[in-house]
Amino acid sequence: MKESTIMKIHYGTALASVGLVAVHILMRLTTGFSDSLSYENVLANYQSIPYVVMLELILILLAVHGFNGLRVILLELKQGRVYEKAVSYGCVVGMIALIGYGSRTIIMTNMGMS
Amino acid sequence: MAQVSSIAEEQAPNPLSASKSVLLRISRFNPETDESNKFMEFSVPYQKWTTVLEAILDVKKHFDHSVAVRYSCRQATCGSCGMLINGKPRLACFTKISELNSDVVTVEPMNNFPVIRDLAVRFERLFDTHHKIKPFLIRDDTELESNEKEFLQSPEELENFIQFANCIKCGLCNSACPTMTTDSSFVGPQALAQAYRYVADSRDKGKDSRLDIIDESHGIWRCHFAGSCSQVCPKGVDPAMGIQFLRGYLLGFRS
Repeated sequence: MKESTIMKIHYGTALASVGLVAVHILMRLTTGFSDSLSYENVLANYQSIPYVVMLELILILLAVHGFNGLRVILLELKQGRVYEKAVSYGCVVGMIALIGYGSRTIIMTNMGMS
Repeated sequence: MAQVSSIAEEQAPNPLSASKSVLLRISRFNPETDESNKFMEFSVPYQKWTTVLEAILDVKKHFDHSVAVRYSCRQATCGSCGMLINGKPRLACFTKISELNSDVVTVEPMNNFPVIRDLAVRFERLFDTHHKIKPFLIRDDTELESNEKEFLQSPEELENFIQFANCIKCGLCNSACPTMTTDSSFVGPQALAQAYRYVADSRDKGKDSRLDIIDESHGIWRCHFAGSCSQVCPKGVDPAMGIQFLRGYLLGFRS
């Protein structure tokens, strides 16, 4: 993939994350702050399908943005063909693993398996 | 008698009467024999128009001829005498000692360049990256095949890139760039500014190939826009602005 395409995704995920995380934080205002973080209320959030979809989107956006940012930092830290391939593939694997684990948590909680 | 002596003193021309002296600290390093650099100090007289290069040449002439320094034109045209002067990348021939407002002038080789000896550095990486971005007009036709003898251009079209054509390849921008310090494969602000110089040239048809060259993992996207390249450029080229314009092409904001 061209670097410009990757960076378009990088900037796009950053902007989208800011928007969705803002909605996520505003949702905390619907109840009192301490109430919104109580165990029952957090679990209740996962029963709302639109909210679950938004959480899943935030997870994907932040994972893509974060791991690409990590890749860029590591590429600037050290150079070398083998190292750069390891960093690039490592970050893709890490991103997929994080999204997989986070999605598992979201789905299990939604299904009442917590 | 005393009055006569005093008048005589006033009338006698003294070439050093208006000059001050400055402590010139020169970094000495020979990679073949030394493990690290050390500084040699010289007290050098200067006038308000004396440049740092002239002071270094004065040291070479009167104190130590073995000081290694690269220079040529002495008028900020050849780009040979770039060095760190009191910690900032500057041209030695374009920097007056009186403008530094310091009693001590420390000169060191430029950062991000391998040192040959003392103040002289290798330019291979700069020339390689400069060459990589194809610093020439790319066209399907040539002057010989065309009916016209010149590739005509309006003053407005010239205005788009003329600032970037002032680059003298002195390397000060690459020396100041923080990314160049950590990323040994980064193409650098000098080459990126020159890429824009040709991309913005209405006579050039090689925009896509040049954008492909800089659109890679150690290309234009590794610039963090510190802006230090533009701050140190002695010719007002503003590489940071050129880099942002190039990003505009790659992001689809410019065509």
